Amino acid sequence: MAEAAKYNGSEGAVVPAEGHGAVAPAAGTAVIATDAVQNPGLPPHRKRVTDLDPKVEKRAERTVYTLFYVSIAGSLGAVLAYMFFPIESGDLWDIRLHTMFVGVGMTLSLLAVGIGAVHWGKAIMADHESIDERHPVPSDSATRAEAVEVFTLANEESGFSRRSLVRNSLIGALIAFPLPGITLLRGLAPQDQDPVTLLKHTMWEEGIRLARDTGGYGVGGAIRAADVTIGSVFHVVPENLSQATNLLDEKAKAVVLLMRLEPEKLKERDERKGWSYDGIVAYSKVCTHVGCPVALYEQHTHHLLCPCHQSQFDVTDEAKVIFGPAKRPLPQLPITVDDEGYLVAQSDFQEPVGPSFWERLK
Amino acid sequence: MARAKKNVSKSGRRHPLATVALVAVGLLVTGVAYTGFSQTTATAEVDLSSPATIEAGEKLFAANCATCHGMQAEGTVDGPSLIGSGAASVHFQVGTGRMPLAFQGPQGMVKPVQFTDEQTLQMAAFVASLAPGPGLPDSQYLQGDGDVANGATLFRINCAMCHNVAAAGGALTEGKFAPSLIGVGADHVYEAMVTGPQNMPVFSDANITPQEKADIISYLKYIEEKPAVGGLTLGSIGPVAEGLFIWIIGLGIIVAFTVWVTAKSN
Repeated sequence: MAEAAKYNGSEGAVVPAEGHGAVAPAAGTAVIATDAVQNPGLPPHRKRVTDLDPKVEKRAERTVYTLFYVSIAGSLGAVLAYMFFPIESGDLWDIRLHTMFVGVGMTLSLLAVGIGAVHWGKAIMADHESIDERHPVPSDSATRAEAVEVFTLANEESGFSRRSLVRNSLIGALIAFPLPGITLLRGLAPQDQDPVTLLKHTMWEEGIRLARDTGGYGVGGAIRAADVTIGSVFHVVPENLSQATNLLDEKAKAVVLLMRLEPEKLKERDERKGWSYDGIVAYSKVCTHVGCPVALYEQHTHHLLCPCHQSQFDVTDEAKVIFGPAKRPLPQLPITVDDEGYLVAQSDFQEPVGPSFWERLK
Repeated sequence: MARAKKNVSKSGRRHPLATVALVAVGLLVTGVAYTGFSQTTATAEVDLSSPATIEAGEKLFAANCATCHGMQAEGTVDGPSLIGSGAASVHFQVGTGRMPLAFQGPQGMVKPVQFTDEQTLQMAAFVASLAPGPGLPDSQYLQGDGDVANGATLFRINCAMCHNVAAAGGALTEGKFAPSLIGVGADHVYEAMVTGPQNMPVFSDANITPQEKADIISYLKYIEEKPAVGGLTLGSIGPVAEGLFIWIIGLGIIVAFTVWVTAKSN
């Protein structure tokens, strides 16, 4: 069989199937057509330039071992770079040089050995085609009979089929086994808080002063109405934010943007006329689309732009949506001034802040 | 060979490259002369309250600005009133080249500065004389020696949403944009914060104190001077530039490599 295949139009050897007592594969249920396409065999073997020209072969060999030497140089270079480009000074240039040269060394070491190995395999190594026959998948009948015998014996001796109570109770135990794990996993989530209640209320209450946001956990000074000039924008958090138990969660709901416009430019409905103070308005910073902070305030056009999906809100018209995927205007925080001139909230937001959720209007 | 060379010089003909050399010399001379003559000296010791300065500024204003802003800066259909804008806004707008405006549009663009520093200060003095407004910043806040960490925090809270965390600039709506702050002078940064040019909000000294403005300026100088530790910044605009690089160049190289590995040697 191997002899015949050898002259199958190729110089490649055909490796016969080994092991499992080479049984010819069964035809199964395949339809054998009489005019089936004949196996064309392998295409004629094409000699490479390295097979034909010994000088080219020498050059390829040189390339390969040079690449391997370059790889050695790269590895050593990376070690030397690690030693001779120290970063103890903390200076950014030192760090940049260090990472660059260590990286170049490591890249060179890996890349050169890879390219060299691939080039060796393609250009220099023997490249005649050979075929490995796939051996038949099913085992021979003696082995199969043996396997069946083993299973039957195991069944008889353990009594798995016969003793139904034992078997069924085992299946029941295995089903019940993961239940404590699942229950305890649920226990990792907050237990005693209703997310709907949490989302509906923020830290803002009557009398809480508006304070500057100084980033992270910080709360800056309270803001006077006189500080807010026309065209300015303040980033605001509640003054008592530092007393919150989950500070960052509460901050994420309570952030507010404070702006001042000319009072005649504000279009307010009657119920909301008391919510602004002398042209100063406060809106929630949390976008009603997916929750990004809407802080890009355009002073002349009075538009607020959300950078994430480009929803635009018109501050003169109750932060109504004028463009983009948001569907609801930004909630307005009712503000007024206390007797010392500081801006204070009149109450919490009259609707939940941020994106819509199922129970939002309940 | 020597004979051919002798022939060329004896015939009296010009070398074929003589014209090119002459044009090159002419360009060089013109360029040097232009740069030599057009150096605007920045040494301007101008007293903003002296009547001479204000009068000079008024003349410049009438010649260059009054068409859109009115003869007494009271504003026209084409330009807003400048009464109350103060010296800071004039120094910023004229000093960065935005004014005189080249065309009406969503945003006034930065152009080559048309006036010398002295002339800018004269116009600033004139506008400042009309009504009280934000004045030029105190030089102690422009040194760039403030608290860089605090400046970075303030920048992230108040500025980064429009100008990008690395101050590379960003887009706004309908053709407007927040420009890059890299390479902008400290005085112009301060004046822009205090006056709120075009659609930028006003960050008065009650919102961001002068020392906090100095900290922000220090942060901007820091990121301007320091090298980016991660290598090429690709404009510091984040995922778009980096994604373009990786998807086209990075993936292209990987695909090319894969094709080479699996191809037969020739």
